[in-house]
Amino acid sequence: MSDSTIDPLLGYRRAYPGSQPPYIHPPYASTVRRGPSRDPIAIPVTLSEVTGPTLDRLTLGEHAADLTAGFAGEPQGERIIVSGRVLDENGRPVRNSVVEVWQCNAAGRYLHAGDQHDAPLDPNFAGTGQVLTDEHGRYRFKTIRPGAYPWRNHYNAWRPAHIHFSLHGDGIGQRLVTQMYFPGDPLLAFDPIYNCVEDDKAKLRMVSAFDWENAVSEYALAYRFDIVLRGRKQTVWE
Amino acid sequence: MSFQATPSQTVGPYYALGLEPLYRTEIAPASAIGERVQVSGTVFDGNGIPVSDAVIEIWQADADGIYAHRDDPRSDAHDPAFQGWGRVPTDAQGRFSFITIKPGRVPGLKGTTQAPHLVALVFMRGLLRAAPTRIYFSDEATNPEDPILALVPAERRRTLIANTTGPAQYTWDVHMQGETETVFFSY
Ligand SMILES: [Fe+3]
Repeated sequence: MSDSTIDPLLGYRRAYPGSQPPYIHPPYASTVRRGPSRDPIAIPVTLSEVTGPTLDRLTLGEHAADLTAGFAGEPQGERIIVSGRVLDENGRPVRNSVVEVWQCNAAGRYLHAGDQHDAPLDPNFAGTGQVLTDEHGRYRFKTIRPGAYPWRNHYNAWRPAHIHFSLHGDGIGQRLVTQMYFPGDPLLAFDPIYNCVEDDKAKLRMVSAFDWENAVSEYALAYRFDIVLRGRKQTVWE
Repeated sequence: MSFQATPSQTVGPYYALGLEPLYRTEIAPASAIGERVQVSGTVFDGNGIPVSDAVIEIWQADADGIYAHRDDPRSDAHDPAFQGWGRVPTDAQGRFSFITIKPGRVPGLKGTTQAPHLVALVFMRGLLRAAPTRIYFSDEATNPEDPILALVPAERRRTLIANTTGPAQYTWDVHMQGETETVFFSY
């Protein structure tokens, strides 16, 4: 037996081929000059990679989990509830962990100085939220369905509607930033960011499910988005 | 549901909307124990152009090399004033800067000890998943004993080392590509 079997620090499971994006994906033009061109150097995990910040004692704003609140009026757009669970690959819930989200408004415009898309800003929508998962790894927030927006990647390029998600696991090796898409969006087929993931099943893990059960009658539709972070390898006797 | 990991996606150009509430460029409060230092630098793309929409996250141990995390068996003894996590955006010129304390030495594997280092994750528009790297310090005598640096070809190790430029001042640049491409890790 090699001594790695007695090593107390179990590494993270490796992604199977095609299930995570490569650094350089030419159809998404910015990756060509921004993705590292050399192969990453494989290292064993040490205490430095399996530990990570505990972000559970944040003072979240009163309306942090409700992107439609805190303004003089209601934002334009279709109200939705987005909820789900954050788990790791071993099926363990990620508890009391902050989920950060950001998105554009219903017209496809971000409240950001860099966004020059000629669509209206909404005085009642900032597009920023934070929510803590509960002891089962569940989260839930209220927002409006974001619009599609154009970008300059290629001729007539439009991003499918999406919500950006930032997640922290228990260790820095589990850190994930991703995007949640909407089922049936015809723009998904044309989007080089969504399609940077080769494996079709893996791609679908970024698409939320229409969630009839959590819709609120006469008020809001709902989408479910479960997120899985990398898990540590497990010993056979665990 | 499947227990396969969700794919990563770029933070995009407007990450500040979501990530700004937790920006932390002063990683160590004044009350933290240890040698207070400032690390500054610039992030460059493959054309040598500064990247104005990058964000770097830092994770590190306290001055005794202890992580504020239950998986560190010594965590009961960690400096209560120091959590060890930072989030640092680049400015319009691609520059970033943060203040922290130098971490102590952290145990490595199989009885080794690591040299003082910070774990860094680089995010930006055009980067489809975070690029993990490390920051070591040029004036640390234990760098040659570090088991992770030892895995890096000698001629590329300098990309992981922040150089002293004055008292308590260090410079560390990130090059996404090119002759001096920063070493990124996978694990
Ligand atoms: Fe976006």
